[in-house]
Amino acid sequence: MSKTALVVVGNGMVGHQFLQSLADSGRLNEFEVTVFCEEPRLAYDRVYLSSYFTGATAEDLAMGKIDQYREWGLNVLLNERVVEINKNDRLVVSDKGTTLSYDKLVMATGSYPFVPPVPGHDRDHCLVYRTIEDLEAIKASAAQGKVGVVVGGGLLGLEAAKALRDLGLETHVVEFAPRLMAVQLDEMGGGLLRSKIEALGVQVHTGKNTQQIVDGEHHVHRMEFADGEVLETDLILFSAGIRPRDQLARESGLAVGERGGIHINNRCQTSDENIYAIGECALWDGKIFGLVAPGYAMAKVAVAQLNGGEAEFAGADMSTKLKLMGVDVCSIGDAQGRTPGAKNFTWLNEAEGTYKKLVISSDNKKLLGAILVGDAESYGTLLQYMLNEIDLPANPESMILPSVDGAASAGLGVAALPETAQICSCHDVSKGDVQGAVAGGCCSLGDVKGATKAGTGCGGCVPLLTSLVNHELEALGVEVSHDLCEHFAFTRQDLYNLIRVEGIHSFDELMAKHGKGGKGCHICKPAVGSILASCWNNYVLDPKHVILQDTNDTFLANMQKDGTYSIVPRIAGGEITPDKLIVLGEVARDYNLYTKITGGQRVDLFGARLEQLPEIWGRLIDAGFETGHAYGKSVRTVKSCVGSTWCRFGVDDSVGLAIDIENRYKGLRAPHKIKFAVSGCTRECAEAQSKDIGVIATENGWNLYVCGNGGMKPRHADLFATDLDKETLIKYIDRVLMFYIRTADRLQRTSVWMDNLEGGLDYLRDVVINDSLALGDELESQMQHVVETYECEWKKTVNDEQALKRFRQFVNSDKSDSNVVFVQERGQIRPARPEEKEIEAQPIVMA
Amino acid sequence: MSVEMKAIETQGIPVCTVDDLVAESGVCALINGRQVALFYFPARARVYAIDNFDPVGQANVLSRGLVGSSEGGLFLASPLYKERYCLETGRCLDNPEVVLDTWNTWLEGDQLLVDPQAVNQGVLRESA
Ligand SMILES: Cc1cc2nc3c(=O)[nH]c(=O)nc-3n(C[C@H](O)[C@H](O)[C@H](O)COP(=O)(O)OP(=O)(O)OC[C@H]3O[C@@H](n4cnc5c(N)ncnc54)[C@H](O)[C@@H]3O)c2cc1C
Ligand code: SF4
Ligand code: SF4
Ligand code: FES
Repeated sequence: MSKTALVVVGNGMVGHQFLQSLADSGRLNEFEVTVFCEEPRLAYDRVYLSSYFTGATAEDLAMGKIDQYREWGLNVLLNERVVEINKNDRLVVSDKGTTLSYDKLVMATGSYPFVPPVPGHDRDHCLVYRTIEDLEAIKASAAQGKVGVVVGGGLLGLEAAKALRDLGLETHVVEFAPRLMAVQLDEMGGGLLRSKIEALGVQVHTGKNTQQIVDGEHHVHRMEFADGEVLETDLILFSAGIRPRDQLARESGLAVGERGGIHINNRCQTSDENIYAIGECALWDGKIFGLVAPGYAMAKVAVAQLNGGEAEFAGADMSTKLKLMGVDVCSIGDAQGRTPGAKNFTWLNEAEGTYKKLVISSDNKKLLGAILVGDAESYGTLLQYMLNEIDLPANPESMILPSVDGAASAGLGVAALPETAQICSCHDVSKGDVQGAVAGGCCSLGDVKGATKAGTGCGGCVPLLTSLVNHELEALGVEVSHDLCEHFAFTRQDLYNLIRVEGIHSFDELMAKHGKGGKGCHICKPAVGSILASCWNNYVLDPKHVILQDTNDTFLANMQKDGTYSIVPRIAGGEITPDKLIVLGEVARDYNLYTKITGGQRVDLFGARLEQLPEIWGRLIDAGFETGHAYGKSVRTVKSCVGSTWCRFGVDDSVGLAIDIENRYKGLRAPHKIKFAVSGCTRECAEAQSKDIGVIATENGWNLYVCGNGGMKPRHADLFATDLDKETLIKYIDRVLMFYIRTADRLQRTSVWMDNLEGGLDYLRDVVINDSLALGDELESQMQHVVETYECEWKKTVNDEQALKRFRQFVNSDKSDSNVVFVQERGQIRPARPEEKEIEAQPIVMA
Repeated sequence: MSVEMKAIETQGIPVCTVDDLVAESGVCALINGRQVALFYFPARARVYAIDNFDPVGQANVLSRGLVGSSEGGLFLASPLYKERYCLETGRCLDNPEVVLDTWNTWLEGDQLLVDPQAVNQGVLRESA
């Protein structure tokens, strides 16, 4: 049988996927394939295009590899564009004059950025954002300017805006519609997104219709808008939507849509049965799909059809989950609520910056769509409800309302999903596929990823995939490994017990007795370091322990993004004398440190070089300061209000108690950082209920709250015991903390720890108050040991010649790190951005 | 070519003494204008030298990272975003496309010598 001559026009993401699927089908040898690729390189990942600005190279982004294509036996023509299709004679002609006959032709020509035809749109420094070459042009242009404008506030526009901002430009987004991401979001969601993006320093102008672009006075361009306003800028980036590349099809007499796009049927055939169109150039059922997943689905259909199969394209879900400038934005299904009779539930929390909306059917049964801004956690669950038409719970609002009093929010267990539920939309992998993979012998997330490709696209489905894989493994009776890491087949709690019971004092000893060999890793070493410190409270810079510490513990300071450190001396209870405050100011001034007040009522001094740390600490110690342990997974601060001493409402001395507590527990190493607060009355000015340990004064003593936290997932603390005297209060805190240190997992916060204790709060009360495990005395005496052996680590370090040796930038030179460069902002230093460095750094560039 | 053979052929420059190094942890040296992170393993009498610049975090910090092993090979984890790099080859374990320069080193008595010519693993990668 002679081979089928197959010509593929376009080697973008979808064109590549087509070739990959054809190879996967095992029938490549039945085809003689020629690929025309207009760009100077094979297909690359446009979805991650922006990472080109943050260090990814063209090679990193590459999807099609030339060696691979050769191995597949493809004839690849780079830099060559098809300019004519003669469908009667079945011939294609390229711009280089190549003429080829075909039996079957696949068009995967993608789309091009739409540039509104306003006068001046074709001036220099007016650019678009689609190819690697575009990015190079943007980089070159940005290097000459200061201000950049993105025209278009959609998904791509915002991504482009981030890129401009990262390039150091003052960045503006100009949008014609009255809100950002008008396609995916409603007014409130768009409004919240706008405020978040503005907070990141990007200026947003909505409802702006650009009339013309002319020479600027202070900058290259001046944009004039219909409302009479003007904006000056050096660079304009058009991101006002995409248009399918259908010109070739149009000229060849194929049917195209009125507003563009090559008409295809369910088999992805165009109006000529020998010609297929797939990806962004294709128009199916009046729709263009501007995402990769539908394009991939079309590619698979086309391959199946060419192989004589029956598969058909049935449309695709356009739900999206994105991180735009660090802001989570999700849009699911009918997000705008256009379905007749649809009802909305909305939840806007301006304080936290989250917006959630559910669109449900008129009978309250099904989820039709949703919008999430600022918190994407429920995306996977909501998407499954929508895609699989799962019946909603009686109170659908519980799916977006924050959980109150620890009640579990209505999540969706993986067990509840039907077999057909799509888990990964990038690679169209269903729950059934994952079950099949596990049944077929995959025994880890990695295996399943390898076998099904699920989770290897945008990554958005990985959390759901992980719980599904674990669920399936457990269902098969496979024990899911809870090992700490590859070096220890134990949980953190097991290791704690081994260390304490066997009196183990070093990592090497533990490894020799209970490990699997090797040097340990970034997971087990700090965990063991922390357990050793909680148990025996030895000096962390002891050579035995040095190797266990993350950099912050090694250098007793917090590393910042440029490799310099910040310094936080302890200010117990937030109380500080004017003299000490002056010392902090003097030190900061003398060493030119950036100064900021922390949330824990302390002062943070930023920008200290490694080699300056001992000297700075020498001065702080002389003035009576101690280390604040801001660098450790340890007790941080005890925040307090002024309490009864000054406050007319106060019922007890909250500051006094806070200082006592802070001095008692300072330096205590734990699985995670621990924060405290003490309020002088129920008005709660110190926000004690958002802390791991919170204390509030009452008329009859102290109320103790435990296991709250702020941060990524805030949780209120639970009321643990009421009206305690100081002695009992301290006893309970001793016991709670030591029990936590003994039994928690690595990096587990107190809140998660308590939720995972069988019996939760009641069980903890039983252990601590009723001493149900008869551990009380032991816990207290362990805590007493830590308290009695406390030493300020910095005081010890500045007097330890050996330890000081590490605080040198170079072992063989007195020079400083030339890559650490500061510029001034609001009267203080800040790290220079990369483009500022090139200029500033020149005088100290080293040969 | 083994590391020892290389030592005989090329001129190493003295950088520091064993006393300046920290067992199973890192320090940094300035060699021909390049910042080089040095990790010392006394049991193997071996010093690994690798670029101090973290290409992801864009800062000179790798000497302050944590050392570990995975499936037998030694690695160093960046203190900023925790990517792991093989100490032997400079290759990033979490993203094999990224490869850091390494340097050949050897100990003569107490003295550490480093060949100032970086072993450009990036070039090796392209021909592989
Ligand atoms: C910055 C950016 C971010 C994105 N983010 C996401 C995202 O997060 N999620 C998502 O799902 N999608 C995203 N997309 C969209 C996604 O990249 C596209 O859906 C996808 O690339 C479409 O693939 P395609 O093969 O149809 O088109 P393309 O990738 O555009 O490929 C078409 C190729 O055909 C070539 N070609 C055209 N005509 C000819 C001819 N006559 N002869 C030869 N060659 C020709 C073109 O030069 C091009 O190389 C993003 C796009 C961009 C630009
Ligand atoms: S919590 Fe009570 S005592 Fe403390 S400052 Fe507020 S009102 Fe005053
Ligand atoms: S919230 Fe915390 S982690 Fe995030 S930027 Fe601020 S300091 Fe850094
Ligand atoms: S949904 Fe994108 S990787 Fe699975």
